[in-house]
Amino acid sequence: MTTDVDLPTAVSQQFPSATSRASLDCPAFNIPAGEALALLRHLRDVRGYDFLMDVTAIDWSAAQSPRFTVVWHLYSSTGHTYVRVASDCASDTEPAMPTATGLWAAADWHERETYDMLGIHFTGHPDLRRILMWDGYPYFPLRKEFPLAGLPTELADPEIAAEVRAGVIAAPMAGGPFVAQPGEPMSAAEPRAKDEAWNEAKEKPQ
Amino acid sequence: MATEFSYPDAAAKAASFPKEFDPEKMSLSMGPSHPSTHGVLRIQFELDGEIVTKADPVVGYLHRGDEKIAENMTYNQFVPYTDRLDYLAPLANNMAYAIAVERLANLEVPPRCQAIRVITAELARISAHLMGLGAYGIDVGAWSVFMYAFEEREKLYKLFEELTGARFTTSYARIGGLPRDLPEGWTQRVDAFCEQFLPILDEILSLLSRNKIFLDRTVDVGVITRADAIAYGLTGPNLRGSGVATDLRKDRPYSGYEQYEFDVPVGAKGDCYDRYLCRGEEMKQSVRIIRQATAKLPGGEWYAKDARRIFAPPKDKILTSMEELINNFMIVTEGPQMPAGEVYFEAENPKGVLGFYIVSKGGGVPWRMKIRSPSFCNLSILPKLCVGNLVSDVVSILGSLDFVMGECDR
Repeated sequence: MTTDVDLPTAVSQQFPSATSRASLDCPAFNIPAGEALALLRHLRDVRGYDFLMDVTAIDWSAAQSPRFTVVWHLYSSTGHTYVRVASDCASDTEPAMPTATGLWAAADWHERETYDMLGIHFTGHPDLRRILMWDGYPYFPLRKEFPLAGLPTELADPEIAAEVRAGVIAAPMAGGPFVAQPGEPMSAAEPRAKDEAWNEAKEKPQ
Repeated sequence: MATEFSYPDAAAKAASFPKEFDPEKMSLSMGPSHPSTHGVLRIQFELDGEIVTKADPVVGYLHRGDEKIAENMTYNQFVPYTDRLDYLAPLANNMAYAIAVERLANLEVPPRCQAIRVITAELARISAHLMGLGAYGIDVGAWSVFMYAFEEREKLYKLFEELTGARFTTSYARIGGLPRDLPEGWTQRVDAFCEQFLPILDEILSLLSRNKIFLDRTVDVGVITRADAIAYGLTGPNLRGSGVATDLRKDRPYSGYEQYEFDVPVGAKGDCYDRYLCRGEEMKQSVRIIRQATAKLPGGEWYAKDARRIFAPPKDKILTSMEELINNFMIVTEGPQMPAGEVYFEAENPKGVLGFYIVSKGGGVPWRMKIRSPSFCNLSILPKLCVGNLVSDVVSILGSLDFVMGECDR
């Protein structure tokens, strides 16, 4: 597999605060949030990483601090290599990260999605709205405390909600018949129905 | 009883209208249920007469939370969910996902498994492009293309059914191998399909390539410049149509693509017609790859034999041997055991580059899985691309982008 061999030394010279990040494939760097954009710009303009393939974030669970890490994946269409840049959000309750929309137009939707799913606030984003969930949805579904089954919610449009008199309800059987979670003892990690309080056969208790 | 029209209500509604909206303009909502939005895409337009002055795509109508689901089940359990990403090419998604997890486990599958995956992925590419072509034909008013394309697609689905047991949602991947080997005589039937497909493909393309109506609807419409295509992260035929010769099968070969000879077609202008031409040529190149793969299909194992904690042993062994039974039990209950770490793998799918970013803390369930879907990124250019075009040209542009909402919304 081809990788950009001298990239780690070049980056650590240019950005002393960047540290190498554990990775099983491409070169990866941890960088403080304040310098993330400068590093991304350097990678794009000097190292030829012209494609922003993906922006996402990881929630390390509420027990951990820093809780949120934003991850960028860049691809070089000339060198055919990837690089991963990760940056921890300073705040665990109001995670924020500078926007990369000034560097790549592609960052627009990726950042909207990351905001929508994990609640990372990309400062300077021109139009930070929800994208997959509807406007006004109260939760960030990819955060670890959000249950797989979902949470009961009002419908977005009060007019429609008044007409149909229904809302969003949590899915039966905790969201799926067989559910496993990482890092639990085997008896719990084993895929199984975690909640049989109501399902297709048993009616939902009122 | 119908409520009576009340003027104060209507006046209040008009007053609460978004302020940035220009009263000279018209607002038009296209979709989520519209034949040319190929699924449940909705675009909120602001129109000046028939010219689009603003376009705001509204996605998410098909959001099922695939990434959340992935965090709550074992790696093998997620395979059927990958079928439902780009549901026009499930075999290609299966392969991309399996390779991503195998990269995490640092597992190499045997050459036979790789070759079978290449054949299935390229067949899926043909089937997806046929669908895209047929639907595009209908979008711009050419009905017969669709009928020809679907007849060929039906033949492919017969092959898929024979191989996987399912026509649509194939789930033909396991971490570290395949669910089963090829049925007897299947590669001959694939060859026979390729043999008769090429002349028919030429016929299908000849219905459009020199068709005056089709040319009027596509040439110089929806031009994506090279710089824009890169900035918006377009991939697949939409990127190559703009003249960027980036194809991961060539640039970062996976699953043994380096053994096959094929060309990467690129467009010159980046208009709708170029994207159409790229797809047409890609099908021919796929046939080329399939022919090479079936001609020198390696024998031997079709799953990784040394991966005892990842790939369940064959059924006959499970039912007769104690150790294999325990092995199978552990894989089913705990999931295939992965080391801790992070990988990002992208595969060149029919619609573009499908990426999986997996963060593992070890064990059988990923901590975080991000799916980078090509359709999502390809659609993000719409606010820029639609502006200045006629509404009827938007239909042509949407068809040429060839997206799937199942993948866009995940």
